[in-house]
Amino acid sequence: MKELSLFTGCLIPNRYPGIEKATGLVLDRIGIKWSELAEAACCPAPGIYRSFDKITWLTLASRNLALAEEKDTDILTICNGCFSSLMDANNILKSDTGLRNEVNAHLKKTGREYRGTIEVRHIIEFLHTDIGVKKLGDAVEKPLEIRAAVHYGCHLLKPTKERKLGSAECPVFFDELVEATGAASVAYEGKTNCCGAGGGVRSAMLETSFLMTEYKLDRMMKAGVDCIIDACPFCHLQYDAGQVELKKAGKNYDIPVLHYSQLLGLALGFTPVEVGLHLNEIISLKFEEKIAEIQKRNAPGR
Amino acid sequence: MKNTDILTCFQCGTCHASCPSGKYTSLNIRKIVRDSVKKDVSDQPELWMCTTCYNCQERCPRGIKVTDAVLTLRSEAVKKGKILPAHRKICNFLIETGQSIPLDNKHMEIRKKLGLRIDEAARKKALKDVKLLLGSTGFGELIKR
Repeated sequence: MKELSLFTGCLIPNRYPGIEKATGLVLDRIGIKWSELAEAACCPAPGIYRSFDKITWLTLASRNLALAEEKDTDILTICNGCFSSLMDANNILKSDTGLRNEVNAHLKKTGREYRGTIEVRHIIEFLHTDIGVKKLGDAVEKPLEIRAAVHYGCHLLKPTKERKLGSAECPVFFDELVEATGAASVAYEGKTNCCGAGGGVRSAMLETSFLMTEYKLDRMMKAGVDCIIDACPFCHLQYDAGQVELKKAGKNYDIPVLHYSQLLGLALGFTPVEVGLHLNEIISLKFEEKIAEIQKRNAPGR
Repeated sequence: MKNTDILTCFQCGTCHASCPSGKYTSLNIRKIVRDSVKKDVSDQPELWMCTTCYNCQERCPRGIKVTDAVLTLRSEAVKKGKILPAHRKICNFLIETGQSIPLDNKHMEIRKKLGLRIDEAARKKALKDVKLLLGSTGFGELIKR
């Protein structure tokens, strides 16, 4: 296996840097060799650019892929959108010589070439496949006895023919990773439904996107969960900032939202501040007290 | 996807029944994709109500690439200058910064406090390449339409 270049995208470094911080902490703690992809640009976001112009979308993606090829590393994404764009573009460019030539004609102007020598990974499937639930569970220092609503996010799973991660109707791999931290992954209605943000809907039709978010939040709340666990900063934004918007309309959920890197960080013994929970919009003192209590109770020697 | 693939649709409605957006909006994915075979749907606002969740495509009993069809139909609309103002704004962020969601001062300060990388030189190099590539593919011209 090649070493990994961490592809952070736009939303994580520029709006939720706590997720970036937490990811670095957990990768180091587990002993995964990684480095940053310094000159990366937008993946580019599938919802808009893939809709707008396929060649532009492929060309910008090919540049990011070529940067990792030059380092001879695979790409590790921590966002479903980046995963979707980079993986799909990589698959298309590897198999379609005509498109590859067309894209390389553009890319050549920057002195680069796409060769198709690396793979694109997502931290969830990477941890599940290459590290394994058992090894992660063994690394956990503070088993988190909390109830979590797991949200896979659409583009981690679909299209299934591209992702090859099994069924999108009843997936389990992410739940297994969450349960490795000691948390219970709670079943709830509409679990694999969309958060509402994708496809450019959030950016152009905010109110419409929130109808889908409400559907999810209502059912998570009914299931009685302590937190939402996601694998994508766009879903994260939709749930976290979305709850603030919905509060203005009289809907009070107050469910803290964590990227899996942040949850794993807590289970490995990092504090809520170290994994950047204070940088979320929804701050739940009840949740943080619960985590503090668990971390204290499970401290070595007690 | 070829238009003829859509013709294998037998209008079962599984796509629409699976659509999280269609549950709340006027998007009827079955109808818009069917209509696209015989007429121009570029003007239909519903084209932009799809979150591209792929439920319709995954569940289609005929294996029609329904979500991919939406992407193609959107590209055709964009070529005719049918671009929503919010999307145009995001495209301009990309052209100006190399990112769809640029770093603002508030988050620049947070990154500093967290000890995270702020590499202006790398960002400038990335932006230079992005501008070159967007010029080469004609994207800048496309979104001015």
